[in-house]
Amino acid sequence: MRLIKRAWLGGIAAAVTLAFVSSALAADISGAGATFPYPVYSKWADAYKKETGIGLNYQSIGSGGGIKQIEARTVTFGASDAPLKPDDLAKNGLVQWPQIIGGVVPVANLKGIKPGELRIDGPALAKIYLGEITRWNDPVLARLNPQVKLPDMPILVVHRSDGSGTTFNFSNYLSAVSPEWNDKVGTGTALEWPVGVGAKGNEAVASMTIQTNGGIGYVEYAYVVQNHMTYMRMINKDGHTVAPTAESFQAAAANADWKNAPGYYLILGNQPGKASWPIAAASFILVHRQVGDAVAVHQALKFFDWSFRKGQKMAEALDYVPMPANVVKLIETTTWSQEIKDKAGNPVWK
Amino acid sequence: MPKQISGRALRGHALMDGLLRSLTRISALTVLVVLGGVIVSLIDGSLPALRAFGLGFVTSETWNPVKDVYGAAPAIYGTLITSLIAMVIGIPVSIGIAIFITELCPVWLKRPISTAIELLAGIPSIIYGIWGLFTFAPLLQRHLQPFLIHAFARAPLLSHLFAGPPYGIGLFTAGLILSIMVLPFITSITRDVFEAVPPMLKEAAYGLGCTTWEVVRKVVLPYTRAGVIGGIMLGLGRALGETMAVTFVIGNAHRISASILAPGTTISASIANEFTEASSNLYTSALIALGLILFVITFIVLAAARFLLLRMERKAGV
Repeated sequence: MRLIKRAWLGGIAAAVTLAFVSSALAADISGAGATFPYPVYSKWADAYKKETGIGLNYQSIGSGGGIKQIEARTVTFGASDAPLKPDDLAKNGLVQWPQIIGGVVPVANLKGIKPGELRIDGPALAKIYLGEITRWNDPVLARLNPQVKLPDMPILVVHRSDGSGTTFNFSNYLSAVSPEWNDKVGTGTALEWPVGVGAKGNEAVASMTIQTNGGIGYVEYAYVVQNHMTYMRMINKDGHTVAPTAESFQAAAANADWKNAPGYYLILGNQPGKASWPIAAASFILVHRQVGDAVAVHQALKFFDWSFRKGQKMAEALDYVPMPANVVKLIETTTWSQEIKDKAGNPVWK
Repeated sequence: MPKQISGRALRGHALMDGLLRSLTRISALTVLVVLGGVIVSLIDGSLPALRAFGLGFVTSETWNPVKDVYGAAPAIYGTLITSLIAMVIGIPVSIGIAIFITELCPVWLKRPISTAIELLAGIPSIIYGIWGLFTFAPLLQRHLQPFLIHAFARAPLLSHLFAGPPYGIGLFTAGLILSIMVLPFITSITRDVFEAVPPMLKEAAYGLGCTTWEVVRKVVLPYTRAGVIGGIMLGLGRALGETMAVTFVIGNAHRISASILAPGTTISASIANEFTEASSNLYTSALIALGLILFVITFIVLAAARFLLLRMERKAGV
């Protein structure tokens, strides 16, 4: 008797699991890539599933992995913190667009110094990360911070040890403002760092900096807010001092000339504008120009369209910056409806 | 009258035995196939890097993903140094614990200590890493490292070994964490082999008037050396390949520094850090080549251990 009962229950469980798995397989949007936008993508996905019943299976394995997977067509979309160059897009038959904006923020830890009290500019930041400015009371830093009494202490440099979009945007900015950095180190997701210790992930960079008196690091803005870190204000391209806020990131994005950037190959670092944060960063989505599975891609585009329209509040709650409306319109009317096509040559997004 | 065994039962036994034989054989062969597969794919994956850099890959200190130039020397150096530190601290402590448990410990304390050591082995390495970064490293940074730097500042060679700003993380911290992680492996194996020493031998030695130290030195250790070395090798294998805990506390810098307080990197930490974002083919290949080198190092260590054991046995005339 008991055996029969158990068999019954087992059968029901198996059937339920099967039904669940097959429905999940049928409906889920699949994507892989960048870790930086993962929190907001998963929050969007949660809300989207509640509304439409369609889930998102996003593996945050890193931008490099996302690019590889979309090239191999194992996922519907890839995500990358660094935009692909127009040549690479053409070579692999890919289209990309920016989906969300964030900011990279230099943080410090000096006893008695409050968030926003310190001010730095790009060339000085490059010199610190090159190992040329090694003490906090260096004349260059003193000149930038006349009202702060800087201690005679070594600067302990912290950087990312894992390859990351954060590092890409940070190093890209330093390359733009310091010819010497561009020459000796350059831009990349992983670098040959002249000085400092490497920590794995934003969390570890944040905690290393918080633990180390005299430490300096760079993290995504969300980590600054969550950990109440001592962020530094920066001097932007126009010579104005700005603090890292959603507004200053958005200012950088609004001033960016997306329209004239082929393939949206535009890096938000060092943008002009009075209020622009100098190290703003967009995160990108990649899909194939000629899609294999038009239904799946259409579903993915519907999700991204929904995120553009209804996901703004959620993004802001997580300290990300949604794309400006004019850029969304540009993406949907030109890229989506003109460049992404199914096998018969019909546009996927109508 | 003895009962006749029926032919059917016999055939059944033969079938079972045959089944057992082939199943166990398949299991054993699987190991070889998997190992072979790993070696082949490691070599295949690392070919582009080895072709591009040749032998210089092993000796070069440059690791520059931007210019696509890679050298493994800092990672190899870091792997060997951290394992060495782990062994220098871990072996004496582990053997000490094993001796205490088997020879000196009051019976009521035996169980708690043994259980504690087995629990240490059960802690996932990520926990060691997080604990190391948040708790252990700040402690070292504030107390032990400034003390070491200060204490050896005047000593000729040691001042270089313990130099530099106290980051709290680095080769030394990684070695310390590793020594804690290898402790349960070495301890539980040495304890087991110590317990297997025939009581007669020990009692005879005590009867002759040997001290506990003499019994351990002259009776227990010689009797169990194969097992002890086996335990040490198991610990060393763990130290060489440990990834997560090391990644958190080593500082992840591709540099060779004279000071063991400086940040460095190990082979497995580099792979764990960089594999996900390794975008160029040469980059990926260089990381796989690092894996191949770790494989070779582990092989050499194991072979050396076997060789050592063989020589010791020949010397002892067994």
